[in-house]
Amino acid sequence: MRSFWAFVKKEFYHIFRDRRTLLILFGIPVAQILIFGFVVTNELKDMRIAFLDHSNDEVTHEIREKIIASGFFINDAILESTNQIEPAFKKGNIRQVVVFEDHFQQKLNREGKAAVQIITDASDANTASQLVNYTSAIIMQYVNEINAGKALPMTIHTEARMFYNESLKGVYLFVPGTIVLILMLISAIMTSISITREKEMGTMETLLVSPLKPAQIILGKVMPYMLLALVNAIPIALLGYFIFGLPIQGSIVLLALESLLFITLALALGILFSTIAPNQMVAMFASMIGLLLPTLILSGFIFPLENMPQWLQIFSYILPPRWFLTIIKNIMLKGAGLEFVWRETLILAGMTIVLFTVSIKKFKIRLQ
Amino acid sequence: MNGNFGIEVRGLSKSFGKTKALKNVSLAVEKGSIFGLIGPDGAGKSTLFRILTTLYLPDSGEAFVSGLHCVKNYKEIRKRVGYMPGRFSLYQDLTVEENLSFYASVFKTTVKENYHLIKDIYQQIEPFKNRRAGNLSGGMKQKLALSCALVHKPEVLFLDEPTTGVDAVSRKEFWDMLKELKNSGITILVSTPYMDEAMLCDRTGFIQNGAVLKTGIPESIIDDFQGEMFSVTTSKPQETVKLLSEELGDNTVFRFGSELHIYGNPSMEIFLKAFKESHPGLNLEIQNTRPGIEDCFIQLMNSNNES
Repeated sequence: MRSFWAFVKKEFYHIFRDRRTLLILFGIPVAQILIFGFVVTNELKDMRIAFLDHSNDEVTHEIREKIIASGFFINDAILESTNQIEPAFKKGNIRQVVVFEDHFQQKLNREGKAAVQIITDASDANTASQLVNYTSAIIMQYVNEINAGKALPMTIHTEARMFYNESLKGVYLFVPGTIVLILMLISAIMTSISITREKEMGTMETLLVSPLKPAQIILGKVMPYMLLALVNAIPIALLGYFIFGLPIQGSIVLLALESLLFITLALALGILFSTIAPNQMVAMFASMIGLLLPTLILSGFIFPLENMPQWLQIFSYILPPRWFLTIIKNIMLKGAGLEFVWRETLILAGMTIVLFTVSIKKFKIRLQ
Repeated sequence: MNGNFGIEVRGLSKSFGKTKALKNVSLAVEKGSIFGLIGPDGAGKSTLFRILTTLYLPDSGEAFVSGLHCVKNYKEIRKRVGYMPGRFSLYQDLTVEENLSFYASVFKTTVKENYHLIKDIYQQIEPFKNRRAGNLSGGMKQKLALSCALVHKPEVLFLDEPTTGVDAVSRKEFWDMLKELKNSGITILVSTPYMDEAMLCDRTGFIQNGAVLKTGIPESIIDDFQGEMFSVTTSKPQETVKLLSEELGDNTVFRFGSELHIYGNPSMEIFLKAFKESHPGLNLEIQNTRPGIEDCFIQLMNSNNES
């Protein structure tokens, strides 16, 4: 056990003394998230929207003004009737229609509640969900203002409807996707490089001629990166939260544990690559090409899995990112607990065990 | 398998593709002695070391280290031997001290516990204990590598070309240290491309093209020298080598600094005397002397190349 800890300590020295490792570990994830963040915040400016105001009273006018004044939206049209909504969307100019029910002010004053419907063009699903979030937030803020100092609080019920993609299936939500991608790449690349580096530097030769067991070497390699990747996930989640306004609905502890599971799996994958790859270059490219593309294309990150041909869907079952993406979306966006993601969790756990067993078996106890 | 041997090798062969790295190699090293394996680059020294340290599997033949079978008991061997590979293979980004304590921990011991064993060597690099291993000089790297290979008190020590690329003073110090270690009961197998180092070993073997040509006590190898050895000193060595080679053919005249060694039968003396008479400008001095170990190895190499 003492030799194991000595090994872990040594790994930490390697990591903290190598600028390149530190850069990959901490620089790239932040850069990636910021790039995505930049792109997305740019997108949410001057969105063209329309209003359909069945009530046309003082309150609805105020809300309309608030929405436009936020700077995210431009008033493109005032619609006259429900029939005009569909053609307005089809013309492609507007992204959202805000519908006020009739007698809005009256209902609000008498019954204490009124309803707004937010209809969004969800063919660009990511933007759509953000539009809804922004609009509801503005309306909520308005309600809070008028409620200040009143005994009976009034509520405005907002109801979101996604046109063209009702259930928001195959949403390409970038933050969860990026988290998956980063954890996968960092973990897999870092371990695969660090083991092949021992081979290249010749230190593997002296490690082998020692009482260290393959499992000790492998776990000793995995442990530091597991901790660092988990530490890494925190700024990623924070950036996502502040830049994207992405809520973490579910339990943070569960999210952390699931991430840890996925990190461990990615590390095991990296180990497996390194036991096969002869040098750092091959290990790096194998992890990049073998993991990056499938994660991007086949995990549901960019392209909805439902739209893929049957055989590709079946193939995607063996890709760990697919399962983790489901888990992380469910926890972060829907606030799901373990009872909703236990199946995916079990699959990931199973994959992890298989990968570790294979890596330890495949680990060459000799130089050939 | 004989209990008195720290290392025993029987008929070991190993090929990599079409290259035969080792051909039917046999040798034995007594416990608590130094065996020097001498041979040029690519002779198969490192391959033999890697089989003995359980890093390679032999194609045929058997080897025992500390009485343990190299293939079957590889785990036990790995606990008991110290190995210093031919290439510097410590962690360059770790300091001297960190490297040493890492290897100590890996072998479930501490630097303190076996300090007496490495003291003489480690003291010389201790002033630099906070320096990264990558920034050490060649000689210091080798001393650190030896310390790391020794820190767990191995029964058998494998040193693959420990003195290659090390200056003459450090080389001498290194061999002095090996003598000390031998006296503490450690069996040492050391390889080197420097033939003169063979004299510092208890027994020595010469390896070329994967075959061990001869093993024995250095003195007895010299006794086995075939024919006579003439040492010729001259004021113009280059010219003399050229002239003599024209007369005697290649591979008979060898230059050791300013001295020329010529191997042959007793009648060679008559020829050399005549040569001296006819070339007074070269200031030749001819002596029939006892050959050194280098001469023996050169002779072995030549006869092996001819056959």
